[in-house]
Amino acid sequence: MSAFLALIRRDLRLTLRAPGEVLTLILFFVMIGVTVPFAIGPDKVLLARLAPGIVWIAALLSALLALDRLFRPDQEDGSLRALRHADISLEAVALAKLIAYWLTTAVPLMLATPLLAVMMNMDMALLGRSLVSLLVGTPGLAAFGTFGAALTVSLRHGGLIAPVLILPLSIPILIFGASAAAGGALASAGNAALLLLAGLSLAVTALSPFAIALALRLSED
Amino acid sequence: MESPLDTETAKKMTWFDRIAHPGQFLMWSRYVLLPLAVGSALLFVLGLWFAFFNSPPDYQMGDTVRIMYIHVPNAWLSQFVYALMAVSAIGTLVWRHPMADVSMKAAAPLGAAFTAMALFTGALWGRPTWGTFWEWDGRMTSTLILLLMYLGLIALWRAFDDQLRAAKIVAVLTLVGAINIPVIKFSVDWWNTLHQPASVFRADGPTMPPEILTPLLVMSLAFTFLFGVLHIVRMRTEIFRRRVKSLERKRALEGAKTS
Amino acid sequence: MIALGPHAAYIIAAYLGVTLITAGIIIWTLADAGRQTSRLAELEAMGVRRRSAAKRGKRI
Repeated sequence: MSAFLALIRRDLRLTLRAPGEVLTLILFFVMIGVTVPFAIGPDKVLLARLAPGIVWIAALLSALLALDRLFRPDQEDGSLRALRHADISLEAVALAKLIAYWLTTAVPLMLATPLLAVMMNMDMALLGRSLVSLLVGTPGLAAFGTFGAALTVSLRHGGLIAPVLILPLSIPILIFGASAAAGGALASAGNAALLLLAGLSLAVTALSPFAIALALRLSED
Repeated sequence: MESPLDTETAKKMTWFDRIAHPGQFLMWSRYVLLPLAVGSALLFVLGLWFAFFNSPPDYQMGDTVRIMYIHVPNAWLSQFVYALMAVSAIGTLVWRHPMADVSMKAAAPLGAAFTAMALFTGALWGRPTWGTFWEWDGRMTSTLILLLMYLGLIALWRAFDDQLRAAKIVAVLTLVGAINIPVIKFSVDWWNTLHQPASVFRADGPTMPPEILTPLLVMSLAFTFLFGVLHIVRMRTEIFRRRVKSLERKRALEGAKTS
Repeated sequence: MIALGPHAAYIIAAYLGVTLITAGIIIWTLADAGRQTSRLAELEAMGVRRRSAAKRGKRI
């Protein structure tokens, strides 16, 4: 257990040592909120209706942006090779990586969501729903993201192709997440969506370490 | 190393060996191609005759039902080919079958083409039927996502220099994708009923009169035979491509040695 | 050709599109196959030999 926690702590420390990456992530997330009104017009009613969906798309795209730093630095400096043969199982390594990735991407994004909500004129009562849906759904996104990063770790420019591979797989989470965040006429469906989201996110997060570890093992040269 | 082609020391070959060894596959696959191709061509002729000359316009949809005769076969093949790739992926990862990854790689572009044609014909069918080219209904949306998955797999194959290394990794993605397909279907259908409570007319309802069923089945069979031919040709080509690569490599090494 | 009804253009467009794409993948498949077999023949004519082919000179 201590090795597992140590791994999470190590990744957190490494990321926080270079906080620029996390800040860029938040900046990208907020920029989407800034650019959407320019693209579709400042109609407040329209923006408010679109707000939960835009928040989710922004979260998804921002998370895809950060994928490359999951395994590439470890691959390049040899840590990945060491991790493959460590005492701790590779599945545990995968889960630790996943958790660290979630902590350094989803949590900052959730903290920045109120900013986005304000820009998109989101009904503040709905902000809570958005945050809950993100809290529940982002682990599943992190799982798919980590999987995509593991698949492409042996490729020099794997970071470019990983998002494309993960996007189709992430669509169910996006559907349930955005529906759970929505309000108004769709609010009742939102509760069902939240349950479905929770189930899906949990299942994906629980099963992904096996697929991630397999991908890492197969990427060994 | 003893080869299955060596008649003195070879053990008796099972059917598994006959499809497993690339050399063996090349030997027998050549004879299967012509019958399959001829069969496919005949089925297409028969199917088209049924489609245009021997089936009445559907009483609800009119003549546009004829588009269904090329839409449904492509839609079914888009799923069948992915299933085939998934089985090949299991063959690559679990059974270490030597031809499995070749089968998987060869099938991907074909599956993508069938999926694209399903979307294309679906859109042309939708326009006169529902008024728009794209309806974001459950089935078409799932098909679109399937196309994205095919294209992602093809992109992943191409991203690797070493195709043998790529094979196992693509296999993992193929299987994860396969597991996700029911989830995607369910979520897309859920999303669709959420946002479009009014039921949209579905052409392939519970009853399908035989006049429509016959051309449908014949065309489906025709396209499937065609896939069979193209798949085998692509598998053979892939084996040749790998031989060319290793020979080129050998030649480069020999050239470097002598220069 | 029998009457195709009011939406004939769509039916024709669909069949035409499918014919073109199908012909396209057939041509691409055959061209690729031809390219590889001719390159393979070229290399073997040059005298580069595969390990197993060299042993018995048998060509598939």
